[in-house]
Amino acid sequence: MSSFLSYFISGISLGMIYALIALGYTMVYGIAKMLNFAHGDIIMIGGFTVYTAMASGISPFFAVLLSIIVCTVLGVVIEKVAYKPLRGASSLAVLITAIGVSYLLENLALLMFGSDAKQFTSVVSMKPVTINENLVISGETIVTIIVTVIIMIALSFFVNRTKPGRAMQAVSEDKGAAQLMGINVNRTISMTFAIGSALAAVAAAFLCSAYPQISPYTGVMPGIKAFVAAVLGGIGSIPGAMIGGILLGVIEIFSKAYISTQLSDAIVFAVLIAILVIKPTGILGRKINEKV
Amino acid sequence: MKKLRTGSKAEAGLKNNLITLAIVVVFFAVAEILVSAGVLGSLFEGLLIPMCYYIIMAISLNLIVGILGELSLGHGGFMCVGAYVGAVFSVLMKSAIPNAGLRYALALILGGLAAGLIGVLIAIPILRLQGDYLAIVTLAFGEIIYKIIQNCYLVSDKNGLHFSFAKPIDASNLDLTSKKDILNGAMAMNGVPRSATVISSLILVVITLIVIFNVIDSRSGRAFKAIRDNRIAAESIGVHITKYKLTAFFISSFFAGIAGVIYAHSNALSANKFNYNMSILILVFVVLGGLGNIRGSIIATMILYALPEILRGFQAYRMLLYAIILIVMMILNNNEKCKAFFSGIWKKRSGKKKEDAR
Repeated sequence: MSSFLSYFISGISLGMIYALIALGYTMVYGIAKMLNFAHGDIIMIGGFTVYTAMASGISPFFAVLLSIIVCTVLGVVIEKVAYKPLRGASSLAVLITAIGVSYLLENLALLMFGSDAKQFTSVVSMKPVTINENLVISGETIVTIIVTVIIMIALSFFVNRTKPGRAMQAVSEDKGAAQLMGINVNRTISMTFAIGSALAAVAAAFLCSAYPQISPYTGVMPGIKAFVAAVLGGIGSIPGAMIGGILLGVIEIFSKAYISTQLSDAIVFAVLIAILVIKPTGILGRKINEKV
Repeated sequence: MKKLRTGSKAEAGLKNNLITLAIVVVFFAVAEILVSAGVLGSLFEGLLIPMCYYIIMAISLNLIVGILGELSLGHGGFMCVGAYVGAVFSVLMKSAIPNAGLRYALALILGGLAAGLIGVLIAIPILRLQGDYLAIVTLAFGEIIYKIIQNCYLVSDKNGLHFSFAKPIDASNLDLTSKKDILNGAMAMNGVPRSATVISSLILVVITLIVIFNVIDSRSGRAFKAIRDNRIAAESIGVHITKYKLTAFFISSFFAGIAGVIYAHSNALSANKFNYNMSILILVFVVLGGLGNIRGSIIATMILYALPEILRGFQAYRMLLYAIILIVMMILNNNEKCKAFFSGIWKKRSGKKKEDAR
């Protein structure tokens, strides 16, 4: 029982990391209707920023803060340089550009840090909590869960209760109408990218602390899985991304623990397919009725 | 009058298709001559077979993405099925079919059919899905296929074949003297005969082109385009969406399987080659070449596949340059201002291009 509980808790913790990344995907999708394939690589850049900062003696807290700033700026710059000129182009063109950006970031990191995986020092210095001999919760897990819950509450408050948050909702609902209501659409889109990238930086710090390694390809798989989580919850929906992320993390840890380590990714994807076949727009996705 | 016009249109279409075929054949002929004359290094010769299977991949994916209008991110998975079915067949039949050419031909057909079957099986559950949801499910299927193959173990000994899934075969039950690993989980597969040649691969490209051109110009092809342009309108005039979607997926994954068999017979084979990066790479070729434009796919594949090799002089910076070129090309191609700037220069040609795309 306690081993089940311990798997469950680490599943929740991993799921929360996925949820943080998925939030970036889903917000960007909701507002710009684009699949930002470079999002996973922003995680990697965030991880390397923390790694470099901590290697040069900056305290973990400020290293994460620095990484959040770097990722936020990077996200906004990418949006301005690569995606903004393509506003109004076909979604496939934007997708390929995002893939190009993803290649660019990966290869930049490859040039700067080399291809071998580096040991990552955890940003969390909390000692593990021992409940009994089978149930030990690591400090990383506890901090991840607490911080992510706080971020999610803050984000929900921001999106639903503040003016810029409402502006985001309005733009994702109808860009043209939002503009007519006096909302600065370009600034709102930039803001969305900034928030998504900042969340990715936080996720990067936790992810690299829980799995203490970093390489230029660190972001790829979490990126894809977070994308899966976003779709699972219904892409474009913020609570959906949270639910999808947590569900995905729990499924992944359980299938690793009880079925097979090598097949865990395949199982995660199979669950996604099963859910989408039953509910084609994801768990919380809205059904879009087509007009003739 | 109307009849006459459609006649000339069909003729123009045929001429276009022939030009595309000629481009491919002439390109490979010139490349072969230059290689044998020593103008181009042997490195370039090594690019020719991969170019062939990437071209087959690109034109078959274009059928789904460009003609049927569904975004698929799992094309690498079909290639993986074809590669492994073809490779296992070739290894098993090594002694039964001594003629290498016949064995390779059978492997090609079998690999293609297996991939086509998987394509149809995958298409059935995703028929309900649309747009980005369909894209993510094809991505998921692509990943599942290669993960499953990575967990297959197949060993032959004098008692026959032993298969195991997810865990290695218990060696104690095997006859060790005649034991031969065929599939060994995540390890690369060895012992596949290198039957693929530039000529045979080129012939396969030409066959693929002819088939795809005929499909596009057939009743099915027109149905695909109708579904792409307006699904509801197509359905309302009696186009059977399910049937045509399954047909498109079958044809497309069949050829992806063929490409996979060529790959398996010219490279060391390991399943993680066919992960999502492969699917994305092919999609990049298709989108840059122009959706629905077969000739564009071919030219884009040739250029983009050769580009990292041409940039080899820049060593470490080559993939960086590749990424930058990709981004710049997409922006130049799709930005309204850039388009307006270029359309002044390309006015005549762009008018012509539009006709091609149809």
